[in-house]
Formats: sequence, structure tokens, C-alpha cells
Amino acid sequence: MTSIAPPRLPEPAPAGAAPPTSAPVLRMRGVTRVHGGGATQVVALRGLDLVVYPGELVAVMGPSGSGKSTLLTLAGGLDVATSGEVFVDGTALGRLSTKALAALRRRSLGYVFQDLNLVPALTAAENVALPRELDGVATRKAYREAVAALTEVGVAELADRFPDQMSGGQQQRVAIARALVGPRRLVLADEPTGALDSATSGEVMRVLRARCDAGAAGLLVTHEARHAGWADRVVFLRDGMVVDSTGEPSTPESLLDGDGGSTAGGAER
Amino acid sequence: MSIRHGLLALLAERPMYGYQLRAEFETRTGSTWPLNVGQVYTTLQRLERDGLVEPADTAGTADDQTAVYQLTETGRAETEKWWSAPVTRHAPARDELAIKLALAVTLPGIDVQLVVQRQRTETMRAVQQYTRLSRQADESNDTAWLLVLDSLVFAAEAEIRWLDHVEARLARTARRPARTDAGPSGAPAPTAPSSPGRPGAATTEKSGR
Repeated sequence: MTSIAPPRLPEPAPAGAAPPTSAPVLRMRGVTRVHGGGATQVVALRGLDLVVYPGELVAVMGPSGSGKSTLLTLAGGLDVATSGEVFVDGTALGRLSTKALAALRRRSLGYVFQDLNLVPALTAAENVALPRELDGVATRKAYREAVAALTEVGVAELADRFPDQMSGGQQQRVAIARALVGPRRLVLADEPTGALDSATSGEVMRVLRARCDAGAAGLLVTHEARHAGWADRVVFLRDGMVVDSTGEPSTPESLLDGDGGSTAGGAER
Repeated sequence: MSIRHGLLALLAERPMYGYQLRAEFETRTGSTWPLNVGQVYTTLQRLERDGLVEPADTAGTADDQTAVYQLTETGRAETEKWWSAPVTRHAPARDELAIKLALAVTLPGIDVQLVVQRQRTETMRAVQQYTRLSRQADESNDTAWLLVLDSLVFAAEAEIRWLDHVEARLARTARRPARTDAGPSGAPAPTAPSSPGRPGAATTEKSGR
């Protein structure tokens, strides 16, 4: 019987549109995080190295308890490393005052977490504008930026609705718009497609990807291979360490940079 | 997969000659499964022998120099049958990965976790590649190609999920004492059909230490 040859696929396209040329947006160096002490001590991360360059989307996968969420909260300055350092745009988060850290978080970081945390008394646009206003941006400008962000995630028509007038998927997109509003340099996402159906999930990944293609750095924690597939690089965590990676950081400099080169993983083998 | 039914399905639409069939087949499946024209003609000859296709009457048309085929009544019935029946899941083909892991857990000295992770990384690379190709495709014009890519993503995803499962199962096995006649009372019985406490259990020790 005549049979068909195995699938023929085009050669892999190069990862990322334009290779970034600047310094990493996120650099984690020898980061260890220990929770508790004594017999109940839990080591969430052990000496983790990771860099994310502008334009890169990096996905983190690993079994539960491998340290994925800890990694994300440390990268976002929501938690402090027991040892090692976290740099965002070259600034060591551990050396910032609480106030300076809060300002950097509002200005440079966007979070998409499973918990949406939209303010029920504010419209979608007001929710999205909130971090910009807190950062001193004039109300009108903040609103314009908010509408732009809502447009980016495809829900501009929801601008004047309140959270309880939206479906779960719509709320999720508004939360994502809030994470992307303004000139965020680093977007952190923890299972951002949690409550969404597969078509909407694809849209969310497309938005994240587009933001990274436009120059932001993205760090995505997920257990879904199909979402991690959008990343330039997938890093695998186990027991608080990087055990493997699907590639090297996608910049030419990283090859010359000792720190950057070792982050791709496999070093612990 | 047999290409017989693929060709029959195309001929049900209109009579065609070999090159046309090949081109139609490739366009409609996103060129993922290339056919050579020899395969097409061999198949057509067999289909004719089996009474499923016959040369079409092309006298007086522009096509009268080429062998144009059309479905016979039997061929049409066969095509209908193909559409109405599900694709059979045959006995699993020899799967190198499954065999490799089965051997890895039973042979001493193999770091199963490392084998699993290497594979997971490789399969993940494939998912990344399919995703890149999907992103480059045109949503409205490349539907066939996108469906094929989706199918490849689903398959790769299933493999990764299976690898996770392998790891979790081995971790459970490693935690149990070597001789498990009975679990703790009230605990659900372990579902692993494999005998617990084989030598491979020791290989689930963390490789990264």
C-alpha cells in the first residue's frame, strides 16, 4: 500500500523578529530564596541565574513546587531574595528603598497574575489607567493610554463597563491591558490564560508576544506547552534550579557575556 | 496513511489527472505530506484495477491527451464509506520514545529524569517551531496548513504531558518502600501496573545535585 511520507516542515524560522542589542531588562544572579527555617525550611530557589533581554519572551515551566512562582515574585520585586541579586534595567532591587521599589514596579513592571484584582467600583478604562495615575500621569493622558492598552488586547469597547458587567474572559483581558499600559519594560505573567478558552488564550499570547516584539521583555510562567510555544526560550525549573532550556538568550552579546551564557541552564547537571 | 482515500475524495469533486490530484492534495494539506507523482499514478492504477476509478471520457475536450480519472459508482460508495467511518486507531506503532523509557526504568544506571528532561526540551522546541509557523501563516488563507500545525502542536503537547506523567509516576514509585504488599490503609491503591521496587526506581534521584 502506498503510504505518505512523514510531515515536511519548513526550516525553523529564526527566533524573535529583531535580535535585541541592549542590556538585559531582567537579570537574576545566584538567586536563592529560603522560606522558614529549621525542620520546616523550604528552599524555593537555589542559586538561580536568568537573564531576559528586550524583545525576548521567556517561558518558565516546571512541576509545582519547582520555584516558578517564587521566581516571578522575585523578578517583580514583590519578594526579596535570601541571597543573590535581581536587577531590573540594571537596578538591583534589593538595594532600593521601599518607595523607590514601588515606583519602579509601577513604572517598569507589568504583572498578569491569575488573580485579576480589578477594582469593582472603577470602569475598565479607569482600572487600566490607575497605575499610571498613581505614577503621576495626568488623568486625561492616563485615560488615553488606558484606551490604547484596551485596544491592544482587543476590548476597546469595554472601556466604560464595570468589572461585574464583563465575562471572566473580558475581565482577564482588562487585567492584561492594565499590566501592559504605559511604557512597561518587563511584563511578568503567571498563567495569564488561566480562565480563558483556547481561542481567547491564543489572543492573549498574541498580545504578549506583540508587546515583546515591540521591545519589552517578557517572563511567562505556565504549565501549558502550547503557551510556552510562543516564547523565544523555554526554561525548565526543578527543585529551584534551572535544569534545561530550549535555547540560549537570543542576543549576540550573550555569547560574550559569562553571566548571560550560563543562564541557559544545564549548568547544574 | 493510505493515499487511496485521499485521491478518491478529491475525485469525488471532479474528474482529474495525476498532476492535478497531486497539486490539489498538497494544497489542501498545507504541503505537509508531499506526494510524488509516481505514487499518485501507481495508486490510480490500483484504484482502476479495483474498479473504483475509470478513465473519464474526455474526447473533444482540451484534456483529451491526458488520462483523466473519474470515480465509478463503487468508488463513490467507497468514498462515502470513508467519510462516514472514523479513522481506525491501529495497534500502536513501535514508539522509540516509549521503548526507550521502558528500558531506562528497568536498566540500572540510567538517569531516567535526564532522559525525560532531554526529551521534554526537544519536544518543546518542536512546539515553539510549530507556533512560529502558525504565527507566520495567514489566518484566512492558510486554514489547511494551520489545521495541520494545530494537530502537530496537540501531539507534541500530549507527549510533554505524558513525560510529566512518567516523571510523577516514577517519583511516586521511588517514595514507596521497595516491597509494597499493601499501601497505608485507606490510601487508594497505586495504579501502576509495573512492579514496584524495580532497580530503575533508584534512578529517579535528582540529577541536579
